[in-house]
Amino acid sequence: MDKFKTHTGVGVPLRRSNVDTDQIIPAEYLKRVTRTGFEDGLFAAWRKDESFVLNNPVYAAGSVLVAGPDFGTGSSREHAVWALMNYGFRVVISSRFADIFRGNSGKAGLLTAIVSQDDVELIWKFLDNNPGAEITVDLLARTVRAGEIVAPFEIDDYTRWRLLEGLDDIGLTLRHEQEVTEFEKGRPSHKPVTTLA
Amino acid sequence: MAGTLAEKVWDAHVVRRAEGEPDLLYIDLHLLHEVTSPQAFDGLRLAGRPVRRPDLTLATEDHNVPTTPGPITDPVSKIQVETLRRNCEEFGLRLYPMGDVDQGIVHVVGPQLGLTQPGMTVVCGDSHTSTHGAFGALAFGIGTSEVEHVLATQSLSLRPFRTLAVNVVGRLHEGVTAKDVVLAVIAKIGTGGGQGYVFEYRGEAIEALSMEARMTVCNMSIEAGARAGMIAPDQTTFDYLKGRPHAPQGADWDAAVAEWTALRSDDDAEFDEQVELDASDLTPFVTWGTNPGQGLPLSDSVPDPESFADESDRVSAANALAYMDLEPGTKLRDIRVDTVFVGSCTNGRIEDLRAAAAVVKGHQVAKSVRMLVVPGSARVRLQAEAEGLDAVFTAAGAEWRLPGCSMCLGMNPDTLSPGERSASTSNRNFEGRQGKGGRTHLVSPLVAAATAIRGTLSSPADLAGLETSITAQEA
Repeated sequence: MDKFKTHTGVGVPLRRSNVDTDQIIPAEYLKRVTRTGFEDGLFAAWRKDESFVLNNPVYAAGSVLVAGPDFGTGSSREHAVWALMNYGFRVVISSRFADIFRGNSGKAGLLTAIVSQDDVELIWKFLDNNPGAEITVDLLARTVRAGEIVAPFEIDDYTRWRLLEGLDDIGLTLRHEQEVTEFEKGRPSHKPVTTLA
Repeated sequence: MAGTLAEKVWDAHVVRRAEGEPDLLYIDLHLLHEVTSPQAFDGLRLAGRPVRRPDLTLATEDHNVPTTPGPITDPVSKIQVETLRRNCEEFGLRLYPMGDVDQGIVHVVGPQLGLTQPGMTVVCGDSHTSTHGAFGALAFGIGTSEVEHVLATQSLSLRPFRTLAVNVVGRLHEGVTAKDVVLAVIAKIGTGGGQGYVFEYRGEAIEALSMEARMTVCNMSIEAGARAGMIAPDQTTFDYLKGRPHAPQGADWDAAVAEWTALRSDDDAEFDEQVELDASDLTPFVTWGTNPGQGLPLSDSVPDPESFADESDRVSAANALAYMDLEPGTKLRDIRVDTVFVGSCTNGRIEDLRAAAAVVKGHQVAKSVRMLVVPGSARVRLQAEAEGLDAVFTAAGAEWRLPGCSMCLGMNPDTLSPGERSASTSNRNFEGRQGKGGRTHLVSPLVAAATAIRGTLSSPADLAGLETSITAQEA
């Protein structure tokens, strides 16, 4: 995973709440067996609408998505995170994220910045007045800067540290492999195994 | 210290706890399917890592499989399924492929084999893993990076979830089912209200539910944003498990039951949040919008977006009505549907099929409606056929299919066409979920069956008049 410290890029206002993962990437696009190439499925249904924000050339280089509350609800598909990243997004800003989506983002290197809805509204207004303007997301300072707006964002310390260091979760856990082995010795014998004779 | 059921199961699985870090949690059972696993296996190969516990891992093919006889014709779906087969072969994992007697939807297969047991931690790259919580297991969906993590380490780094008690007091009236309960819970809590929580469903109405009905309730916890839903194990749980292929036997069974009996929230345990619902107030429930929280009693009408106090709810309702092509004030019972789908990990088990068959029996599916009945697993299909349910469905004009996820999501040949409207026993009414432009109303198996006959959203009670008219015509 690449290290993430700060990112500056074109902000894209997505004025919708409850953006579920079926909207981020519909199921028919989930059939690839790689982690790449999902950008064509990103918001596939909405992109058919000419007025959809991503169809505006001003946002062609967009990399910071500013969305309404409850972003990423529904399916656990990490493909939603890959689709956003494959398309070029590095950050999603929202006042509330679905748990699994937020977890998947942290693992894959997409920053999910929790900003108050009041600040999201301010940033939307700023982007309306300055289409194509850049937003700076500073993970060290935990702030989002858009023009004169400086909004704090929440992210848990552990995820922040992993993103800053670009650490591989599995590698971290394998440092404690001995503890897993010890734990296994104490598991009750009646716990099932999948390999019935 | 007093604890909740979720906390007890969590604490029993902590491998490592350190200040400022998430807990490292041991995983008892890891279920796999073809959609969310290929990239995880690639990751293992790249790093040269084996699967730590093949004996705690099980795979099945479900999302892509066609429900009509014959091989997969979509070349991309075929590659995904073949990739799972190759990966299971390479890493030594048990797989139930299409055509196997134990194949089916991953959340139907685990419980029916007796693999899902009280007090376990169960994960799968699928948000409806919450289904398994019906046994008093802590079961939740994970993403593909976490699938890889569990394959490599049989553990996950996680922060403890908060706990929310859903108290369903009173008794359900006849004709009101687990699906109606959970749709009402989601409408009350909202699609985001459960975020960060594990739900524990409690109360008289929950205790009275069968295991399969409990699975329906826990299955849809995720639709309220909760990571997991649980129900304390009791005699109903033990009776369901006893004698299943992977259930403990002999002395192990006794030891297990003793341990499982202690798995309940202590009387003085404190939940972070509580929600109460009176079961006796509930009637059949259906959704009108494009998220599972947008639901109402069937006796109600399509709401006016202006009636919502919250602005984002107003916008969301207006968007939903535009997508669903519905007018405020239309009686829900007057909404015509084109397709009825009975199946999925929510309502594809034998009791669901029995309930739908009992309603359909002696009736004909309306001419304007196609009805698909898709068993959740090959064993459910065999059982249904042994009971003659398939004959009831086909005599009524419904299609009797092979097991799979089918029309719950648009990944296999069973989809809605643009503008087509369904009454569906599945779990998500998101835009395009059942196929591009498709419009979904979530319902119980009873409502699905009655709807198929009348052609508009209906409950079995609405069929009373219809029966008379048929008899009158025949006379």
